[in-house]
Amino acid sequence: MAKENATWREVNIAGMVFEPGCTVEYNTGTWRVNRPLHDMEQCTHCLICWVYCPDSSIIVKDGRWTEFDYDHCKGCGICASVCPVKVEKHVETGKAGKVIQMVEEQR
Amino acid sequence: MVVSTKKALEGAHASAQAMRQINPDVVAAYPITPQTAIVQTFSQYVADGDVATEFIAVESEHAAMSACIGAAAAGGRVMTATAANGLALMWEELYIAASMRLPIVMSVVNRALSAPLNIHCDHSDTMGARDAGWIQLYSETGQEAYDNTIQAIRIAEHPDLLLPVMVMQDGFITGHAVELVEVAEDAAVKSFIGTYKPKYSLLDVDHPMTFGAWDLYDFYFEHKRQQTDALSKAMKVIVDVSKEFGRTFGRNYGIFDAYAMDDAELAIVVLSSTAGTARTVVKKLRQQGVKIGLLKLRVFRPFPAQELADALRSVKAVAVLDRAISFGSMQGAGPLFLETCAALYAAGAKAKAVNYIYGLGGRDVFPEYIETVASDLQQIAETGKVKSLVGYLGLRE
Repeated sequence: MAKENATWREVNIAGMVFEPGCTVEYNTGTWRVNRPLHDMEQCTHCLICWVYCPDSSIIVKDGRWTEFDYDHCKGCGICASVCPVKVEKHVETGKAGKVIQMVEEQR
Repeated sequence: MVVSTKKALEGAHASAQAMRQINPDVVAAYPITPQTAIVQTFSQYVADGDVATEFIAVESEHAAMSACIGAAAAGGRVMTATAANGLALMWEELYIAASMRLPIVMSVVNRALSAPLNIHCDHSDTMGARDAGWIQLYSETGQEAYDNTIQAIRIAEHPDLLLPVMVMQDGFITGHAVELVEVAEDAAVKSFIGTYKPKYSLLDVDHPMTFGAWDLYDFYFEHKRQQTDALSKAMKVIVDVSKEFGRTFGRNYGIFDAYAMDDAELAIVVLSSTAGTARTVVKKLRQQGVKIGLLKLRVFRPFPAQELADALRSVKAVAVLDRAISFGSMQGAGPLFLETCAALYAAGAKAKAVNYIYGLGGRDVFPEYIETVASDLQQIAETGKVKSLVGYLGLRE
């Protein structure tokens, strides 16, 4: 990313970015309207949500579902949509549905 | 000096010849009259193996310019061609190509914009694109279209600029008219344009980079300022490349072509093919003792404000001929007039300026029309008064 307060003579030509992966430093999670919530107790770690997440916001360690990257999750709901595991009562929301459920983002 | 062969060519074919000799990496184009003669001829060169170009036949001009942007960002030398409504359909991408600083070269065979439907020449298409950030070169003849196309490659790819260039010629009048064009040896053109080494390329996997990134209120403004700075450097590059072209190929070009301007008290400013008609009239009037001259602008973007004002410094009255209307502008004047007025005002010039709209939708321009303009100019110079700021040539009143 360009350095803060760079003048027009200093900024990269045409806004080009020369360091790959610099989005790591940029919090885009603030756009989120809906927040995904995960039930670790009932998750089977099939990781289908990890495959589908368009923002690489499902963090997996040693083959196991670990956490959401809420700094980059846009709340699109694809993870909740593709989650195949049904639950009678979600540990976070208390509702029947799937292991990942969407709730309104509270800020 | 380079050996050239004189060939009888239509203006559009002269442009296609230049494209063949340039042998770009990628051409993405869609046919539209009167430009079709360029891409049709060029696609034949591709089919015959005369060029190594990857030719992308797309579904629209919007797609054509999009493909050009992608190919140029990948680091290719990229060209295309269009006209009129095709150019209008590229509107979004024109800005993107310029803002992404991609040195694409495009031939435009000027044609009136719809509606009503008209395939003939005026400049409403490229004048509508004048603020898109492209360099614009206007050609009077097929020879100039050929020469400008070759020079455009060098101008666009100059490291200080990295800006796209449009090369114009008048639809049908130049585009479909056969004239003798000096075509240089292929090797000479190849040597003049050199090998393109892109400074930034998406295919440079050792240096991964992002083009066209997210750019909000904290940086966008700086990038726009940088873009306008690049255009302000273009005039010097155009002059330098033109000089080198002159030394190499023996045909000299400047920002504009001044004819009989040295002691001129009256002047006519015009673009493209109508300069030929105007020159004939100026020559005749000079023989009658009228101190009149002609300025044929070659470079419209960036606009040579200071240079034009200097050239018109000692002139009493100047007529600007526009082949387009800037709708809703001061008295519905044309863009060339508005720019010229701004240049004269900023330079504190004293010349009275008057505008004539002519030739819309391919309406013929006769020498008598230019004589009327000259006679109006004489009256303005004598009285110091402009009766009508914007007039029309060849319009049925």
